Amino acid sequence: MATPPADRVYSQSHEWHKIEDDMVTLGLTQFAVDQLTDVTYAEMKKPGFAFKAGDIVGEVESVKTTSDIYCFVDGAIVETNKAVADDPSLLNSDPYGKGWLIKVKMSGKGKLGECVDAATYAKQHG
Amino acid sequence: MQKTPLFDFHTQHKGHMVDFAGWNMPLYYGTPTEGGGLTNEHMQVRKSGGIFDVSHMGRVKVSGRHARKFLERLCTRKIHDMAAGQCRYSLVCNEQGGVKDDIIVYRYDDDDFMLVVNASNREKILGHMEQVRTSAPGGELVCKIVDQTMDTSMVALQGPAIIPMIGKFSKEIPSLKKYRFAVKNLMIIKLTVSRTGYTGEDGVEVILPAGMTGLAMKFLLQDVDMSKADAMIKPAGLGARDTLRTEAGMPLYGHELGEEINALECGVDFAISLDKAEDGKGEAFVGYEALKKTAATGPARKLVGLMIEGKRAARQGATILQDGKTIGVVTSGCPSPTLGACIAMGFASRERANIGDAVEVDTGKGVLTAKVVAMPFYKAPKV
Repeated sequence: MATPPADRVYSQSHEWHKIEDDMVTLGLTQFAVDQLTDVTYAEMKKPGFAFKAGDIVGEVESVKTTSDIYCFVDGAIVETNKAVADDPSLLNSDPYGKGWLIKVKMSGKGKLGECVDAATYAKQHG
Repeated sequence: MQKTPLFDFHTQHKGHMVDFAGWNMPLYYGTPTEGGGLTNEHMQVRKSGGIFDVSHMGRVKVSGRHARKFLERLCTRKIHDMAAGQCRYSLVCNEQGGVKDDIIVYRYDDDDFMLVVNASNREKILGHMEQVRTSAPGGELVCKIVDQTMDTSMVALQGPAIIPMIGKFSKEIPSLKKYRFAVKNLMIIKLTVSRTGYTGEDGVEVILPAGMTGLAMKFLLQDVDMSKADAMIKPAGLGARDTLRTEAGMPLYGHELGEEINALECGVDFAISLDKAEDGKGEAFVGYEALKKTAATGPARKLVGLMIEGKRAARQGATILQDGKTIGVVTSGCPSPTLGACIAMGFASRERANIGDAVEVDTGKGVLTAKVVAMPFYKAPKV
């Protein structure tokens, strides 16, 4: 597997977290979308939804399976990706770019310590 | 993990390989962006043609003096009235009438058969076969049971373009009726070609010697350039195989079939001959007495098809409700690529969930509205 982007951290449940000050962008890894197969539907919690690290922040539906999405920081959703809601296949075609899922205003680092860097993630899921 | 003789073919075509019953198999090939992926493969099979590696399935030869008698004991379906060159779908049951596996029986000659069994059940069925052979009511049966899974490979060519393509180099195969097969010699390679499949489309399944697989594939696909976007035939993985069979309303072991599921509940009554011991030629099969009892009162449940409203799919294990009461459970479900809506199969109480009824499905996270419909969900148009 190609190494995922180095500017973010990765959870064991295959979400990437890109942290810029107190803003966190969350998405799914290439490995995750490859396992899911073609994504047909993504439903994220609405902007304003506040949560603790490890809570479910949404769900994606693929032809093969349904999967929960987790976020590893504490915070609240400020934006969901409307383009993905309209065209869920963006998750398959560009999971690290146009296929991002939510932007979160972080209130605490929560379980970020459980996440790993890109090289470690690639080694674990190569 | 076992590799099939088509492993290199899978990697050449960017197969996304997964462990399936101990076999390294392609779930799908490539990515949706480059024209691959599950949905594209599914539609390719519906519109034109797909090639599936099904070598992981077990192939077991049964031959000898009591081969037929043995298979009558093993299979829920009649064997004695099969002609040479015929194949038949059958169940293998336990004494309680639960389903051990669903299989295809090929009859090559009077006392010469091949069984195709599910990969995940191969070892179990081989053990069961030996037990049935040695514990027959009239004494041990004389037949040879040989597992040929590793010596052979198997591919399924499915879709409306397949039979016309084969017609370019064979007259006999396009003339085969459904569930008939021919043994063909291709140069030095002996092929078994049957008009069977697990997609709801016309097509064939081919059993061939493992060592000759590459050569045979080259011949079969000689006019096909799979790198082209509009190729007549493209590789298709286990993901598409599952969604295609679900649309076709075909049961899958571990979902609609299992040891704890009564064979008469599975919607495959055509494959259960409950007059087998009485027609003078057959034999009572394992599970016969139990299923006779079930048939007398009727099975408690039935397999139903559901069309689900909205974009959310119902998956195996979701609860089926009617008028607020639990009446059943979902066994398979997916967004249907052909229909553009979510479909599901499941077991429901016999008296409930009649065709046309409104029901609900509780996924554990939400309740979906659904309607009971007749299966198959999709039927290929007649050519």
